[in-house]
Amino acid sequence: MTDITTEKARIGAPSAQPFINGFTEEGESLSPLNAAESKSPLAGEAVKRHSHGGGVGVPDSSRAGRLTSYKLADFKPLTGMEEDWRFTPLKRLRGLHTEVLNGAAPAVSVTAPDSVRVETVGRDDRRIGSAAIPEDRVSANAWENFAEATVITVPSEVQVDGEVSVLLTGQGTEASAQHIVIVAEKFSKSVVVLDHQGTAVVSENVEIVVEDGAQLTVISLQEWNDDAVHASSQQVKLGRDAKFKHIVVSLGGDLVRVTPSARFTAPGAEVELFGLYFADAGQHLEQRLFVDHAVANCKSNVLYKGALQGRNAHTVWVGDVLIRKEAEGTDTYEANRNLVLTDGARADSVPNLEIETGLIAGAGHASATGRFDDQHLFYLMARGIPEEVARRLVVRGFLNEIIQKIHVPAIEERLTEAVERELAATNH
Amino acid sequence: MSTLEIKDLHVSIDTEQGTKEILKGVSLTIRTGETHAIMGPNGSGKSTLASTIAGHPRYNVTSGTITLDGEDVLAMSVDQRARAGLFLAMQYPVEVPGVSMTNFLRTAKTAIDGEAPKLRTWTKDVKAAMAQLRIDADFTQRNVNEGFSGGEKKRVEILQLELFKPKFAILDETDSGLDVDALKVVSEGVNRAHGEGNMGTLLITHYTRILRYIKPDFVHVFVDGQVVEEGGPELADRLEDEGYDRYATGAGAATIAAASAAAQA
Repeated sequence: MTDITTEKARIGAPSAQPFINGFTEEGESLSPLNAAESKSPLAGEAVKRHSHGGGVGVPDSSRAGRLTSYKLADFKPLTGMEEDWRFTPLKRLRGLHTEVLNGAAPAVSVTAPDSVRVETVGRDDRRIGSAAIPEDRVSANAWENFAEATVITVPSEVQVDGEVSVLLTGQGTEASAQHIVIVAEKFSKSVVVLDHQGTAVVSENVEIVVEDGAQLTVISLQEWNDDAVHASSQQVKLGRDAKFKHIVVSLGGDLVRVTPSARFTAPGAEVELFGLYFADAGQHLEQRLFVDHAVANCKSNVLYKGALQGRNAHTVWVGDVLIRKEAEGTDTYEANRNLVLTDGARADSVPNLEIETGLIAGAGHASATGRFDDQHLFYLMARGIPEEVARRLVVRGFLNEIIQKIHVPAIEERLTEAVERELAATNH
Repeated sequence: MSTLEIKDLHVSIDTEQGTKEILKGVSLTIRTGETHAIMGPNGSGKSTLASTIAGHPRYNVTSGTITLDGEDVLAMSVDQRARAGLFLAMQYPVEVPGVSMTNFLRTAKTAIDGEAPKLRTWTKDVKAAMAQLRIDADFTQRNVNEGFSGGEKKRVEILQLELFKPKFAILDETDSGLDVDALKVVSEGVNRAHGEGNMGTLLITHYTRILRYIKPDFVHVFVDGQVVEEGGPELADRLEDEGYDRYATGAGAATIAAASAAAQA
């Protein structure tokens, strides 16, 4: 095994190893937070009972044991030592974990075909809490503080032409809370784009319900200004034979932390979780996902790809996949690939796969972090290709795999351009 | 008619033990239409010469010149050298992730020619060249060199040689690691490119085997960073019989002088 960071071998050394050979992989020891007393159907107690018979003796190391609660007070103040915060620079959260989140939330503007219902509702709306329960303190803080929620409903059997576009425009740097609910009713088919722009310091909860037989794609774009701080818990609950595709694209912002969770409640459902991130100097882009295979015969496929450039560019990817005892016939695969373009950047990548039954169709994970090095550059330049073109070729090819999965031409174009802009900023 | 001229070239590298001189005054002139073979034992500096011509940053030229039709090659960046008409077929081609062969070949051709190739003829040219080198058509969809076998990588190097049509091709041990069939296929490719009459070839090899398929006009023997003997194709035959032993380092200047004298004769 070659340590890629020191591998600046001469061109001419045999490249026996595959390109992405910095195989970063470690078992994650999850934190002992485990005290939910909440009676909610989605809360910690119920989650524990589900997998381990009443929550007695739940191993702290299991993702199933993670505290979930609607109450901020149930979560202890963060120290940064917690398993799920150990990579996050708390100082840069700008109060999302400590302040009352009463700043102006990003303004919501929805463009949708007439067939889609868009409502702004109060905290007491019955749909609040239908798919999500906070899994960390910052999310619970938003839950406790949001003033109103936007609810987007795609009615039963409606197939939406074009996409539902939700523009979220930051209103400044006061810490704020946001709440969005997306309901794809039975047998509907739609695409929803959450487009985050401007400057904000916001903790956001996005609840997504995909009812029986529905197909939903949610694309969450984080193209914030450089000073934005964004924590986003995006939780989806899937019904029988439901199909859900989630694409997280994080490009802008000082600190962006997206935590998608997918929970299967009935057999035959399928999720695809894709992500693309491009961190520049000083940016912290974090993604932690959880796929909870709690029932039989569901499928999940995860692929996140990231590029990093510049000093102290930092990306974090943690993928927790849990296959519970009941989830026979599960088919799951998760992978993370990172491409480090310059010195001084850091990519953390931690895949965690917990399997409690052997009766599954398949389960796998992969993680690899490689660098764009002098050898690639020399090879391409020796064929007449100028340096900046060579760099673009490689990064474009690497990230295109995710962009191609979006299938919304306007957004694909926009992201391709955004990646080009990021690359243009590299010329140093 | 072009000329690649190397004059009294001294090249060193930085090692942990300090600076090490590898080329100790190499002079060589190659003209369009000529094939020069550089032969020598391992560690004699053959590959260093190839990489230095291409502009690899590891090699520091401490004195001497390389010119292409009078232009200072050493002042050019790596990509400028390629666009000026120099092509290095590498000993160990690098795998480039995320870049398909199709995209790579077209981008390089565009850079070298200064304009995009006409799509229809280009696709046809690529297909035909691949077929002649017995490269599977599906290679165009794969990433550059990724997962290719050693022989496949060498064929793809020659594919580029045929498509990019350089003024001078430098083949750095293209024959090493090839079985006889692959060696024939690769040699035919080089001969086709050379046969068009617009290219000079610098063939660097440890073995004489490839010289059965590619006929050199001149043979230069490299030992310890210097040319110790020069001659025509007959010198290669002699090396085949006798090996490099008679050039053993430390044999002294007299031997080298004698060898040079013999070459002149």
